[in-house]
Amino acid sequence: MNETMVQSQPVVASASAPEKLLTVENVTLSFGGVRALSDVSFDIRKSEIRAIIGPNGAGKTSMLNCINGFYHPQAGRITFKGKMRQRMRPYDAALQGIARTFQNVALFKGMTTLDNILTGRTLKMHRSFFWHLFRHGPAMNEEIEHRKYCEEIIDFLEIEHIRKTPVGRLPYGLQKRVELGRALAMQPDLLLLDEPMAGMNLEEKEDMCRFILDVNRQFGTTIALIEHDMGVVMDISDRVVVLEYGHKIADGSPDEVKADQRVIDAYLGVSH
Amino acid sequence: MTASTAGARSAPEADTFPKLLRRNARLRGARPAMRFKDRGIWQTWDWAAVYDNVLRLAQGLKGLGVNRGDKIAIVGANRPRLYWAICAAQTLGAVPVPVYADAVATELAHVIDNADVVVAVVQDQEQVDKLIEQRARLPKLRHVIYDEERGLRDYDHGRLHALAGLLEAAQQAFDRDATVRAAIENEVDAGAGADISIMLYTSGTTGRSKGVMLTGKGSIDAASDTATFDNLTDRDETLAYLPLAWVGDHYLNYAQSFVAGFCMACPENGETAQQDSREIGPTFYFAPPRVFESLLTRVMIRMEDASALKRGLFHHFIGVARQWGEKILNGEKVPLWARLHYGLGEILIYGPLKNVLGFSRIRVAYTAGEAIGSDLFSFYRSLGLNLKQLYGQTEAFLYVTCQKDGDIRADSVGPPAPNVDIRIAENGEVQFRSPGMFVAYYKEAAKTAEAMTDDGYVKTGDAGIFDPDGHLRIIDRAADVGKLVDGALFAPKYIENKLKFFPNIKEAVAFGDGRDHVSVMLNIDLTAVGNWAERNNISYGSYQELAGHKQVYDIIAGHVASVNEALAKEPIMAGAQIRRFLILHKELDADDGELTRTQKVRRGFIAERYAPLVTALYDGSQEADISTEVTFEDGRKGMISARVAIRDAAVAPVSPPTERRAA
Repeated sequence: MNETMVQSQPVVASASAPEKLLTVENVTLSFGGVRALSDVSFDIRKSEIRAIIGPNGAGKTSMLNCINGFYHPQAGRITFKGKMRQRMRPYDAALQGIARTFQNVALFKGMTTLDNILTGRTLKMHRSFFWHLFRHGPAMNEEIEHRKYCEEIIDFLEIEHIRKTPVGRLPYGLQKRVELGRALAMQPDLLLLDEPMAGMNLEEKEDMCRFILDVNRQFGTTIALIEHDMGVVMDISDRVVVLEYGHKIADGSPDEVKADQRVIDAYLGVSH
Repeated sequence: MTASTAGARSAPEADTFPKLLRRNARLRGARPAMRFKDRGIWQTWDWAAVYDNVLRLAQGLKGLGVNRGDKIAIVGANRPRLYWAICAAQTLGAVPVPVYADAVATELAHVIDNADVVVAVVQDQEQVDKLIEQRARLPKLRHVIYDEERGLRDYDHGRLHALAGLLEAAQQAFDRDATVRAAIENEVDAGAGADISIMLYTSGTTGRSKGVMLTGKGSIDAASDTATFDNLTDRDETLAYLPLAWVGDHYLNYAQSFVAGFCMACPENGETAQQDSREIGPTFYFAPPRVFESLLTRVMIRMEDASALKRGLFHHFIGVARQWGEKILNGEKVPLWARLHYGLGEILIYGPLKNVLGFSRIRVAYTAGEAIGSDLFSFYRSLGLNLKQLYGQTEAFLYVTCQKDGDIRADSVGPPAPNVDIRIAENGEVQFRSPGMFVAYYKEAAKTAEAMTDDGYVKTGDAGIFDPDGHLRIIDRAADVGKLVDGALFAPKYIENKLKFFPNIKEAVAFGDGRDHVSVMLNIDLTAVGNWAERNNISYGSYQELAGHKQVYDIIAGHVASVNEALAKEPIMAGAQIRRFLILHKELDADDGELTRTQKVRRGFIAERYAPLVTALYDGSQEADISTEVTFEDGRKGMISARVAIRDAAVAPVSPPTERRAA
């Protein structure tokens, strides 16, 4: 892979004191009387794949929304890259290096794959609107640079054949891939994936797993993902946090979590 | 044949591909030799650069201990670097063995083991994984070289090497010491035309695939003949999208480009070939009939969705083209007003259509591999596309016959190719001798002897006849032609092809040898029938559901009836009309062994696998249960079962022989 794709951050190897990229401490979030999250704490280490699982309505997506600044928890602290975070908007989160994809694909349907991915570069564009209006000189150089980066992503995700296709015409599995591409275009430090394999068939899931692992290995990108397919979660994640009714009920390696009685109960159901 | 080089046999200084490459680097060093679309941009290498890279790669292979006569497997899609690997192996006197990239791990391992391959040059992680999975079976394989690094970073690099790394190291070695490069250049001279230049595995239509060994001189002689025949020069350009392991790619792209010095462009990936073709605008083009067929299906489907005005214009001018187009292309006499009308069509319809299909610059296009429907064939020719047929075989290094410009017919494959000698044996089998003829099958002396006659002709295994004008017509595989109980001639492929000319029918398998009537199993074409279903508000969840739909059966019954009508008009074939048919619940697939990798049906295997259905076709029942094992793309297996309906077909009365009319 070309050097331009490789992130500058070194891949953390020391097992003794893994660097924490993001810490969530005692976060509580309620909507009126509904408690979406109560007193949840966990952390995400640099360069790991961290899965957030739990039954429907457990608060997984709410958690992601808190992390990228879309929701503001009533209590608790979120620390990203060592900095405690005040009230922030998604825009600030994006500026700090957090990218995400959505459970229901949120692409610009009428735009091509390439253009959608290019929108992920918005925050990296420096020339003003005025320059881009003329599309000459520095603005052109900038565009070429960004286009090059997007082509790297297109190559990486193997979507060359749909480069110029409006995404609205694409099947769901490919749209998901384009969305991942747009998130990658931001060169994020932390990538949040909300159910990246939902609604995919086995083959598409396998492809997606390979892309997620490759992103993690090749660029050292830290990934937090929500996923319902347990096989996928157990296979690709380094650590798993389990939520149920807004509470954290387990946290650890896939094997630990699998053996945890409370997790088994939450998924299989027990009589109360 | 008019050109001066006609019949010129390759001289010793140009009797191997590396020697040709060196000649091209000297004669036309700055002309483009290969292109590849990378990161959305076409990258071009001129002949000098290709020669340079091939030498470097040869140095890399030498460093891994490759010797004269060693076998090097090449596995992957069309990439300049893999073509360099072929030539680099030839430079060292090693024998490249291209393998189909979509072969499953066990098939790949079979070829690599059978060919005694010591080094494999592969495209990417997918292929490396297959080799790792099968490594217990491959003790002879010493090194694996990969082109794309992606996903391979954490692999054990003890015996795994990056192609880019080898090129880099070789360049450093060349820079350090000029004698290193000279030593590799000497290897070029050490090669002789009689050496084995390449080993191509047959597709295995009739059993396990065999390694066909071809010499450099034979290959180059054959390619020079046809390059002259079609006036190919270094101004031509082709899109190399055919599988590397297929004789067609090695001949049409690799061999002819080295001989004529033209440029071959490699598509970005398999799925973009059509778009890339449009960008490159090849002047020489080859596609099997099924590609032309699916292109036409797509055009027709999209025309159905076009506005009334466009649709009207399209149908009007296609009608004009059908009437005059072929005559104009063949240089026949055509009234002026018709020429003008056609010219208007060229501006409004044909030109834009050819542009969309990437056919704008094509001078010569070939199709081969199976029979092409005369309607389909004339459609493209009437648009002004110089589409021709050839008949060939891996054993011949492709060409046995090919059609001359201006003397083209849909129902024959043309007169013998230059310097090819053809005869029809007493049993109707076509036999030939040709310049590019193979030396032997690798490690299969008995099979080689079986494939040759005592006086040195190669048996094609195809039954054919020469028509009065000296054009060869292929009827079927000689072994497949059979008889019904009542003695009527049964040529399964002939019937299957007639069925497959309908866009709704993708695949057909006919049975009848030694039986009292002909029955067929069909696959519907999901694109065409799916589109019809969409238009008619018919919902379906899967191929299986659509295939079993009653209305789909009705449509197909209509097609079968028209085939019967056509058969009834041909005295020899009239006895073999289709009495019963069914639509299979799954698509025939090469992964399940039902098709060869070149997508030909394996009739015997299918008869065995679907034995209950075959029984039902002949015992008069109206439906039958079947359950079959299927292989998914990841290699896992599963079972699917279904109840398949069987219909009786309308049989046409046999009419007395009438005047044959052109379609």
